[in-house]
Amino acid sequence: MAQIEEVNIEQFKHLVSERALTGETMLLNMGPQHPSTHGVLRLLLELDGETIVNAVPDIGYLHTGIEKNMEAKTYLKAEVMTDRLDYMNTTGNNLAYCLAVEKLVDLDVPVRAQAIRVILTELQRIASHLVWVGTFGLDLAAMSMFLYCFREREIILDILELCSGQRMMTTFIRPGGIWRDVPVEFEAAVRDFLKIFPKRVDEYEALLTKNPLFLDRLYGIGKLDAATALQHGVTGPTLRASGVNWDLRKARPYCGYEQYDFNVPVATEGDTYARYIVRIQEFRESMKIIEQALNKLPMGPVRSDNRKFVAPPRSEIGVSMEALIHHFKLWTEGFPAPKASIYCAVESPRGELGLYLEGDGGPKPHRVHLRTPSFDNLAVLPKIVKGHLVADLVAILASIDIVLGDIDR
Amino acid sequence: MDKKLEKIVQALQENFGSSIEEFRDEVHVFVKAEQIVEALMLLRDKYEFELLSAQTATDYFPQMSPRFHVIYQLTSLAKNLSVQLRVPVNGDQPKVPTATRVYEVANWRERELLDMFGIEFEGHPDPRRILMPDGTDGFPLRKDFPLGYEEPQFTFNFDEIDLRKPYAKE
Repeated sequence: MAQIEEVNIEQFKHLVSERALTGETMLLNMGPQHPSTHGVLRLLLELDGETIVNAVPDIGYLHTGIEKNMEAKTYLKAEVMTDRLDYMNTTGNNLAYCLAVEKLVDLDVPVRAQAIRVILTELQRIASHLVWVGTFGLDLAAMSMFLYCFREREIILDILELCSGQRMMTTFIRPGGIWRDVPVEFEAAVRDFLKIFPKRVDEYEALLTKNPLFLDRLYGIGKLDAATALQHGVTGPTLRASGVNWDLRKARPYCGYEQYDFNVPVATEGDTYARYIVRIQEFRESMKIIEQALNKLPMGPVRSDNRKFVAPPRSEIGVSMEALIHHFKLWTEGFPAPKASIYCAVESPRGELGLYLEGDGGPKPHRVHLRTPSFDNLAVLPKIVKGHLVADLVAILASIDIVLGDIDR
Repeated sequence: MDKKLEKIVQALQENFGSSIEEFRDEVHVFVKAEQIVEALMLLRDKYEFELLSAQTATDYFPQMSPRFHVIYQLTSLAKNLSVQLRVPVNGDQPKVPTATRVYEVANWRERELLDMFGIEFEGHPDPRRILMPDGTDGFPLRKDFPLGYEEPQFTFNFDEIDLRKPYAKE
């Protein structure tokens, strides 16, 4: 049998209290393989009985070097890596990357493509929040929630499959537009979803929102105030649950978000329950946006016709010499980007997803940095779990909605 | 450049003698390593930049010296403004004062930079690697760190590379 390596206390000495060193409090590993850590996350807990004295997150188990790998690929090919980043928000990641590339090379996107981008990312936001509500319920022993949520998520994944042929890793949004126009069935499929989903959200709320067991577990647990949240770089629904009205879709509209009428749900309590309420309300706001975007979906092209950056359609290749040359050049060499850097951020379901992209004049990025929301949201965890019970830690960890692929990159 | 931002950039220039760069409406302000904490304090306390949105670095090896730029992307929620501070850092023994006392979010970010670039942050409360396992050799995001492909074998160097390959021993 393999030797079990003992945890070397020396490296954690400064992170736990004195009492841990004398053995008065207990050090306990939670994870990396644990159903309620939502991935491969290890938490070193210092416990006084059932009460948490300190928590030390240990990350990196899913580190795959996405940033380094993207630096070795052309701008067009590096996009597939972003799907693998936060696997609950694949189209949102694509959007962040494409907006960054478009900003770097100064490329315009047709209005129809912008509207379709909005619809797809909002659908994905709903899907992501569905997984969140589902697993949140699961962690709090509301098993049926998980099954209901995954049932509705399936409809969204079917819509993504309808467009791109892929359920999750779509790479449907491309620099300069989208891969191809959506099929004719798309509109009906989205409208069907919009018809049934509001009732389903009401059902979730009937099941959870005023459930006394649920309230007992959540109310006043894991309080995070606005100042601490900002100090720790917390963004997204977790920040809005602490009373800060900051949503990049409103503050710095991209993709034409300024034309849609929607509210930013904000709660002031900053506890686990507030985070649940904010996300439930975001379901309804996202539906509003999708409906408006669908109603005024303009006709026209879905890809920029700037052939220096966007490959020509397949049909042109057989008849046009230039199209063949462009196709060949773009998929082998790629297009050059200026020697400059940009920072571009979008609102992902978890918060500010930022991309620092730097070109070096050639076809490959010099540096890609992904400012992922889960990374900073998790860093605040040790602050808010102190003094709570281990069972509450599960609720708090679930409530800040982390995706480990997003953290480790 | 935005009018409100112009004032802030001017203040930075006066206090720290920084040069600026502009690209697509983004402003990059260069600050010396020893002044970065002061600059961040000024922006946070006087100009309401509450959020350190991103902190990263980039490596210009071997074209440029100083080799690294440490980047601080700041956001003001109250004024809806962004500004980027850049700190050039030398390649041998790269050291920058820590920003954890100004923005606590810098704690994990600086651990990541230590892990990925080997940039040390003086006064950091918890200087451990964050993503790579302890005892990893080298710093993966540096430009002189190979991506780790298999070496391609050609006729002229086939045997030479074959000898280095980790075949199972009989």
